[in-house]
Amino acid sequence: MESLTFRHTTKKPLPGSVPSAITGVVASGNLEILLERVLPPDACEVAIETPIAGYGDVWEAVVADFVARAQPGGLRISINDGGARPDTVSLRLLQGARLMEA
Amino acid sequence: MAGDRAASIDPDALSWYEATARQRVLALTDPGSFREFLPPTERRMSPHLPLFDLPRAFDDGIVVGRARLDGEPVLIAAQEGRFMGGAFGEVHGGKLVGLLRAALALKPKAVLILFDTGGVRLQEANAGETAIAEAMRAIVDVRVAGIPVIGLIGGRAGCYGGGGLIAGTCSRLAVSEGGRISVSGPEVIETNKGAEEFDSRDRALVWRTMGGKHRRLIGGADAFCADTVSAFRKAARDLVGRAPAFDLDTLEAEQARLEARIDRFGDCRDATDVWARLGVNDPESVPAMDTDAFAETVARSPEADHDAR
Repeated sequence: MESLTFRHTTKKPLPGSVPSAITGVVASGNLEILLERVLPPDACEVAIETPIAGYGDVWEAVVADFVARAQPGGLRISINDGGARPDTVSLRLLQGARLMEA
Repeated sequence: MAGDRAASIDPDALSWYEATARQRVLALTDPGSFREFLPPTERRMSPHLPLFDLPRAFDDGIVVGRARLDGEPVLIAAQEGRFMGGAFGEVHGGKLVGLLRAALALKPKAVLILFDTGGVRLQEANAGETAIAEAMRAIVDVRVAGIPVIGLIGGRAGCYGGGGLIAGTCSRLAVSEGGRISVSGPEVIETNKGAEEFDSRDRALVWRTMGGKHRRLIGGADAFCADTVSAFRKAARDLVGRAPAFDLDTLEAEQARLEARIDRFGDCRDATDVWARLGVNDPESVPAMDTDAFAETVARSPEADHDAR
């Protein structure tokens, strides 16, 4: 298993007040994403556990793109990966952020 | 915890087969009533899977908690068939056993188990097998206390292995066309006995032998529903209301029912032979029947409804 953690500073907090949310399932080509509103409003941390080693650069790019688009300030995001493709990861991250905004 | 927007999805339109465990729980129970025990934020994950370099799930593949069904308090467990095939590991099994034991103190109207499992997780098999035995014992205790335990089966993993054994101890079972109930799965039978005994690639054979329609016709399941959450909800409410008492009379009736069944059908070579013997006019047409047509067939089948289990 490879563990990756990315920390970002955001321009603003994610809107809404939902304390936590989960989306996706750990299955082949899929992943689950747990989001918790526990960090300072301008901080976002994404921690990933993946059985597919060696794709740190791709994860870094996908997470950076998500942070730039969603501005998920305040969120600690934990990912259990089942070998999802980058587009699936991106989609799930945006789904998770939407759940937290409700 | 916000889940996959299931609360806003129409239960009439949500496919049980396609839904995740969380979506099933949220759409099955009264809106806003579900309270999860050991939610994903607690991170009670498998201690064994990292040894095998396998990914874990925050809920170890089972969602447990309390909720309301038409205002009545229920305890509910839902297996996620897509994570490790819904298989029982140490934490997964412990959550189900703990929920069942909690029923003795909380005295809900019923316990609902949404099975979706291939059986025991091979990477933690000893703990999984123990959990199966403990779950069966716990169900007996819950039923003795007068609380019905209702199994709902319609997920992609079916209900196999130890899950099939646990289902056999429930008060009542509801199943859909996509659901399958058995102990040894198709591939296991083929591996041990050969393809001539059971060809696991013959999907029609698998479904007519283990599928929801066959189980319903021979009384192995007590309700057959369309593949929607609302159909399972209706079936669950109905079955809670007509769960048998758990006493010596019920057990002796079950023994008699199973002995009569093996006498009557023991020499059949195929499920269609069983259906013909049950008096189904055109057995070959059963797999293609829609839910309404099948309900009429069930109504004419003498074995489908019984007071045993």
